[in-house]
Amino acid sequence: MRQVAITNFGNTKFSRDDLTIESSLLSATKSLFDQTPNLTQKDIDVVLVSTNENSKYLSAILSELSGITPKISHTVENLCSSGTNAIVSAYSYIASGLGNVALVVGGDRYDSPGQILEWDKSRGEYKHPIFWATIFTKSYKRKYNISAENLAIVSVKNHRNAKDNPNAYSNKTYTIDDVLNSKNLTEDLRVLDCSRPCTGSSAVLLTSENFAKKFSDTPVWLKGIGQKTLSASFTKNPTFTQMNSTREAAKIAFDMSKLTSADVDVAEIHDAFSVCEPMILEDLNFAKNGEGLSLSKNMYDTFDRKINPRGGLIGTGHPLGATGVSQTVEVVQQIQGKAEKRQIENANIGLVHNMSAAATSSTVLLLKS
Amino acid sequence: MNFESELKKGNFVIGTCTDCDRVVWPPSNLCNSCFGKIIWKKASLVGKLIEYSKKNDIDFCLAEFENGVRIMGDLILKAKKPEIGAQVKLEKCGITDGNYSFVMSII
Repeated sequence: MRQVAITNFGNTKFSRDDLTIESSLLSATKSLFDQTPNLTQKDIDVVLVSTNENSKYLSAILSELSGITPKISHTVENLCSSGTNAIVSAYSYIASGLGNVALVVGGDRYDSPGQILEWDKSRGEYKHPIFWATIFTKSYKRKYNISAENLAIVSVKNHRNAKDNPNAYSNKTYTIDDVLNSKNLTEDLRVLDCSRPCTGSSAVLLTSENFAKKFSDTPVWLKGIGQKTLSASFTKNPTFTQMNSTREAAKIAFDMSKLTSADVDVAEIHDAFSVCEPMILEDLNFAKNGEGLSLSKNMYDTFDRKINPRGGLIGTGHPLGATGVSQTVEVVQQIQGKAEKRQIENANIGLVHNMSAAATSSTVLLLKS
Repeated sequence: MNFESELKKGNFVIGTCTDCDRVVWPPSNLCNSCFGKIIWKKASLVGKLIEYSKKNDIDFCLAEFENGVRIMGDLILKAKKPEIGAQVKLEKCGITDGNYSFVMSII
């Protein structure tokens, strides 16, 4: 297989703006072109759009609006991990030789239909994501004797990180008390424990080895890809205190890259709700079982931005189809030394973790300078 | 007869494969092991509590019934804090506003 790099990126600010999805996707594409001087429309032979919008034929529409006539063009939908799934598809096209330069643009609106998985009827009338998050939270708190106050540090940390991300939905910082006193959605979940639906798009450019240096002096190489789908039904999760699909995806990605969690300098992980961060830290082997929250707390206390430097989903917002792409943009920026106030020193190896539907499926990407 | 037509009548049925005898959940027309045809049998209404919480004044839970069949629904509490693993009974089921609805109680 050919090596594949991510060379350039584009972003929009995440907001509650009432933009059309086409307009949002086009803005991220313009942002990428603005930051890639050598790129012309004729260079791009693959255009993929990741979104949960019901609008049809969006990648062809985006191509037309951008003046691109790609060989391969289609939409990728996989709920909250649509973005990394599109990146994996683009990787496959390039690695196989079907394409050389792929534009991946992910986006969604604040009212995206992807927020509820109607098919999962085993959840009864409890289909909204706050209910699986509540089950995860209650189970994790019970198993490891953790309080709501302990968990609140995730929201406090990630909102603080997002303050230095100009594209984040949130620009506020919060205290533990603010989180605890925010609106109760359920007995175990408060509104500041949750990532927010919003409008936004992000874009990345993937290229084969031969094209990477044309667009960037600092290409970032996709060294490991791991994906696993265990079910579509939340209720079929083997446990509710860890993300089993993440554990399996991580093993595949680490094996492929010949890297370990100890090698990772920076990671964006899918903190859709506060409890997700400690669970994922344990699933990715950054922390032992039950010790993920201590790691989050330690990072907060020491101003360490290694995990979720852009603010995670909680601080940055969660326009579903954009999220995996936005996470990847952050890790690419960190490795290229372009993360400005959020920059982590000597970031050479980065990880992206993106999951869907209560971790019934997960993607893990490993990137290297 | 299928899962939804029975649920509408308030009956909780589980699909079993006519070829390999496996229980198939969530409801489907074909077996997810051998693609065999499904027959529907009345399920046991007694299960165990996996987890629970509360939204406003309504308690809700995740419970597991025979053969690993798990559902979420309203929970009628008899004690303030039930034990995880406690026996639950499916008191009522149906379809409300297009959603399956289940009501369980602690035995």
